[in-house]
Amino acid sequence: MKIIILGAGQVGGTLAEHLSIDNDVTVVDTNPDRLNDLQERLDIRTVCGPASYPNILLNAGAEDADLIIAVTNSDESNMIACQVAYNLFRTPTKIARVRATQYVAYEELFGSDALAVDMLISPEHQVMQHIKRLIEHPDALQVVNFAQGKVQLAAVRAFYGGPLVGHALGNMKKHMPHVDTKIVAIFRRNKPIIPTDDTIIEPDDEVFFLATPSHIDAVMSELRQLDQPYKRVIIAGGGNIGAKLAEALEHQFHVKVIEHSLPRTQILAAELNKAVVLHGDAADRELLLDENIQETDVFCAVTNHDEANIMSSILAKRLGAHKVMALINRSAYVDVVEGGDIDIAISPQQATIGSLLTHVRRGDVVNVHSLRRGAAEAIEAVAHGDKKSSQVIGRKIHEITLPPGTTIGAIVRDDQVIIANEDCEIAAEDHVILFVIDKTRIAQVERLFQVGITFI
Amino acid sequence: MQIATTSRILGLLLMLLSLTFVPPLMVEQWYQDGYLLPYFIPFTFTLGIGFLLWFISKDHKTALRTHDGFLIVVLFWLTACFVGALPLCLTFVPKLSFTDAFFESVSGFTTTGATILTNLDQLPHSILYYRQQLQFLGGISIILLAVAIIPTLGIGGMQLFRTEISGPVKDDKLTPRITQTAKVIWGVYVTLIGLCALSYWLAGMSLFDAIGHSFSTVSTGGFSTHDESFGYFSSPNIKLIAIVFMFIGAINFNLHFLVFKRKMFRVYFQDPELRFFTRLFIYSIAIVLIALLVYGAHKHSPILAFDAFFEICSLLTTTGFNATNIPFPGFIPIMLLFLGIIGGCSGSTAGGLKAVRVLLLQKQGTREIRRLIHPHGQYAVKLGDKPIGPRVIEAIWGFFAIYFVVFILLLLMLLAVEEDFYSVFTALVATLSNSGRGLGNVAVNFSSLSDYAKWILNFAMLAGRLEIFTILVLFSPTFWRR
Repeated sequence: MKIIILGAGQVGGTLAEHLSIDNDVTVVDTNPDRLNDLQERLDIRTVCGPASYPNILLNAGAEDADLIIAVTNSDESNMIACQVAYNLFRTPTKIARVRATQYVAYEELFGSDALAVDMLISPEHQVMQHIKRLIEHPDALQVVNFAQGKVQLAAVRAFYGGPLVGHALGNMKKHMPHVDTKIVAIFRRNKPIIPTDDTIIEPDDEVFFLATPSHIDAVMSELRQLDQPYKRVIIAGGGNIGAKLAEALEHQFHVKVIEHSLPRTQILAAELNKAVVLHGDAADRELLLDENIQETDVFCAVTNHDEANIMSSILAKRLGAHKVMALINRSAYVDVVEGGDIDIAISPQQATIGSLLTHVRRGDVVNVHSLRRGAAEAIEAVAHGDKKSSQVIGRKIHEITLPPGTTIGAIVRDDQVIIANEDCEIAAEDHVILFVIDKTRIAQVERLFQVGITFI
Repeated sequence: MQIATTSRILGLLLMLLSLTFVPPLMVEQWYQDGYLLPYFIPFTFTLGIGFLLWFISKDHKTALRTHDGFLIVVLFWLTACFVGALPLCLTFVPKLSFTDAFFESVSGFTTTGATILTNLDQLPHSILYYRQQLQFLGGISIILLAVAIIPTLGIGGMQLFRTEISGPVKDDKLTPRITQTAKVIWGVYVTLIGLCALSYWLAGMSLFDAIGHSFSTVSTGGFSTHDESFGYFSSPNIKLIAIVFMFIGAINFNLHFLVFKRKMFRVYFQDPELRFFTRLFIYSIAIVLIALLVYGAHKHSPILAFDAFFEICSLLTTTGFNATNIPFPGFIPIMLLFLGIIGGCSGSTAGGLKAVRVLLLQKQGTREIRRLIHPHGQYAVKLGDKPIGPRVIEAIWGFFAIYFVVFILLLLMLLAVEEDFYSVFTALVATLSNSGRGLGNVAVNFSSLSDYAKWILNFAMLAGRLEIFTILVLFSPTFWRR
C-alpha cells in the first residue's frame, strides 16, 4: 500500500517505522534534519516542504497514494492537506490528527461535502483513555477494547498469592465456573508461550486474556491478589494529556495535578473543578512529601519530557507511591525502565497506532491493537462470504489452519460474546478476535480473512 | 565495523558479479574464438569466493551501517577490477602483463575508456565484447543492480546506494523503496542502451559493433571495438547518434524517469543542473567554433566543425571516444580536457566534478561578490527556486579542495617517474575525471607509460569514479577505530 505521512514528529516517525515494514511510505515535513534522521534508519522516501502545498503532495506521490495520514503539529494544516489531497488527487483514505476539541465537537465539519477527512485521530485523547482504563483497572498492565467494548483484552502480571499461579490453565474452569475467559498468550521473561491446558502459570508471567468487561476483575483476582481500588491520584504535568486526564478522573478520584509553569497552572485551575492544581516541580522531593506521596495510590508522570517523567516517577516510587506510571516516547527507554521502579511505561505511539493500523490492513479488519510495543497485535476481523469463498466461515476453530503463534480468542456475533473454544463454528459476519504473537505473521492472518477472488 | 555483515553482503555481490562472465562465454561460443578458460576460471573463482564469504556469515543479518557501506563498496570495486583483469591476462592474443590487464579493467569499470591495447581490429570478438561489457557494468554500477535485485539488503541497500550514486545530494529517492528506486534507474539505463544499439544498427553498424558501442556510449565510457574508434565509421549519422546518446547518458537518470512517468518533456527544461550543463555545452561549441575561424583551421578540413562538435560532447560527458586525434590548434585541446573535469550531471553515468557542484560553487562565488558590495545583504544560494543549505555548500567546498589536493599529489608522484609533463598532466586529468582522453604520448593509447605510473592512474580512476571521499574515508584512522 502506498502511504503518505505528513509530519515527521513523534507520531509521524513511529508510524513510519511501523508502516514501512510492508508498505511504501513517503514522509513529508518542513524540517530536513528530522527527515534525514528518519531516512537513515528506514527504507522510506522523504519530501521536504509544507505538507498542505499541492506541489509538495505531488512530489510525495499523492497521485497514486492509497492513504494519507496528516499528523503535523497544526490541526489546520492537517485538515487542509486532506482537503487538497481529496480535491486534486482523489486520495481514497485521508486521516487527520485534530487536537482542538472545538473542531472535533462539530461532526458536520467533516464528510464528503465538508472537510474531506475520513477519520480523525487525537493521540492525546487516546493516550488519556488508555491511562484512564489502567487507573480504573488497578492491576492490569494494559486493557484494550474490542467490538465497542463488548470484549476486553487485558494484560496482567501474575504474582504469588493468585489462586491460579502455580497451577495448570486447565484448572481455571473449576476455579471460576461462571466466568468465561480465554488466556490467549503468556510472556515469560519476554518470550511468548502459546498457552495450552497443561501450561502452568508462573509468578512474574505476563498473561494476556480476553473476557467481557464485567469479568475482567474476576479473572485478574485469580492471577494476583487484587489491589484496593484506587483513591488518590497524582498527575505530574499539566499539558494536553495531563489536563484531559485530570478532567476525566476528577469525579471518581482525588486528583492532584503538578505543573511547573505558573500561567499554565492558572489555566488548569480555571478548567478543572475538583482537582487540586499545584505549582511546582514534579521531581521536587519536598513538594511530593508535602502532598502525601506515601499515601498516593497512583503517580502518573505525563510531561513532555521522557527523562523528567522517568526521574519523577522513580522518585515517587522510592518515596512510597503505591504504583507509578510514566509516559515514555522513546521506545529504547521503555525497555530499560519497565519492570524496575516504574510499574507501567506508557508508550503514546502505541495507543495511537492501533486505530490507524485498521486502515492499512487488508481484509475487513475493524480493530487493531498494538501490544508489547508493537511486537504482538490483537486484531478484530470480520468474516465475510460463505463457506465456499471464505477460509474461516462454517469451520470449527480447530479446523482452521492458523499461522503459528496465532490464537482465536473470542467471537462476537451480533450482541453476543462467545469466548472461543475448540468446537465453536464461525458464521458469516462474525467479528473474530485474534491474538498474534509474531508481527511477521500478520499478513497471513489478513489473507485468512480475505474473501477468495476465485470463488466470487 | 561489522565484519560478518560486510562479508555476507560482499559475498552476495561477488556471486552476482560472477554471472557477468556468462555473456562473454556465450559470445566466445558463438564466434568460436577458442578461449573458453579465460572466462571460465574467473567465473568459478569469483563464484567460489563469493559463496565462501556468504556461507561463513550467512546467519548474520544485522542491518548495514554507513560505516560498512564504504568498506563494502571499496572492497567490491577492488575485487571486481581484479577479477575483471583476469580474462585479459589469461588470453594469449593480446599478451598483457597483469598491470596492463588491471589498468584496462579499472579503465573499463570506471568508464574512463583509457586503453593500453593496440591492434583492436585483430583481437578475438569475445575479448572485444568483454571490454565493452566492463563499461556497461561500470556505468550504473553493478552494486546498484544488486540493491535492485537482492531483497535481503533491506535498509542496508540505502547505505550502498548512497556511497555509489554520484553528486552532492544523495537522499533523493524516486520511489519510497530503495530496491524500487534502483530498479527504476537500471530500467532507464537498459532502455537507453537498447535504443542506442538499435539506432546504431539502423545507421549501418554491424550488430556486434552496435551493441558494443551502445554499451560504451550510454555508460559514457569510451572503449571501442576498432583502433580508429568512431573514425572507423564514415557515416556522420553514426557520430550524430553517438552525440545524442552520450548527452543523454550524462543527464541525471532521475530526470529521465520523471519525464517518462509524468509524460512531460518540460521536466528537462526545469532542471537547473541540466540547464547549466546545456549552457556549458553551447558556450563551449561557440568558443571552439570562433577559435577555429580565428585560427583559420577550417580551411584545411571541411568537417572540422562537426568533429569539434563530437569532441566537445565526448569530453564534456567524460566519454572520451578518440575519434579525431584532436587536430585542433591552440588552446582548444586543453580546454576540452578541462570540460572533462566539470563532467556530466549528478546521478548520471558521467564522471568529473559534476555540473551541479560547479554550478553551486559559481553561485557561492557570486554570493561572496554581492556580499562585498552589500555588507548587510542576506543572500541564499538557490538551485532553481530551492534554497541550498550551508551543509551542502560546505561539503562541495571540501570535495573541491580534496580533489585539488589529490590531483597535485598524484601529479607530483607521476612526475617522479615520467619525463613528459604535457603527457603526464593530461593523462592525470583524463583518469581522475574518467574521460580517458589524454594528449601528447597518451593521446590514443596509455601503453607507453611505466608500470608505476599505471598504478597511480588506476588509483586516480577509482578515486574519480567513487568521488574520492568514499576511498579517502578508508584512509582515515578514525574509520578503523572502534
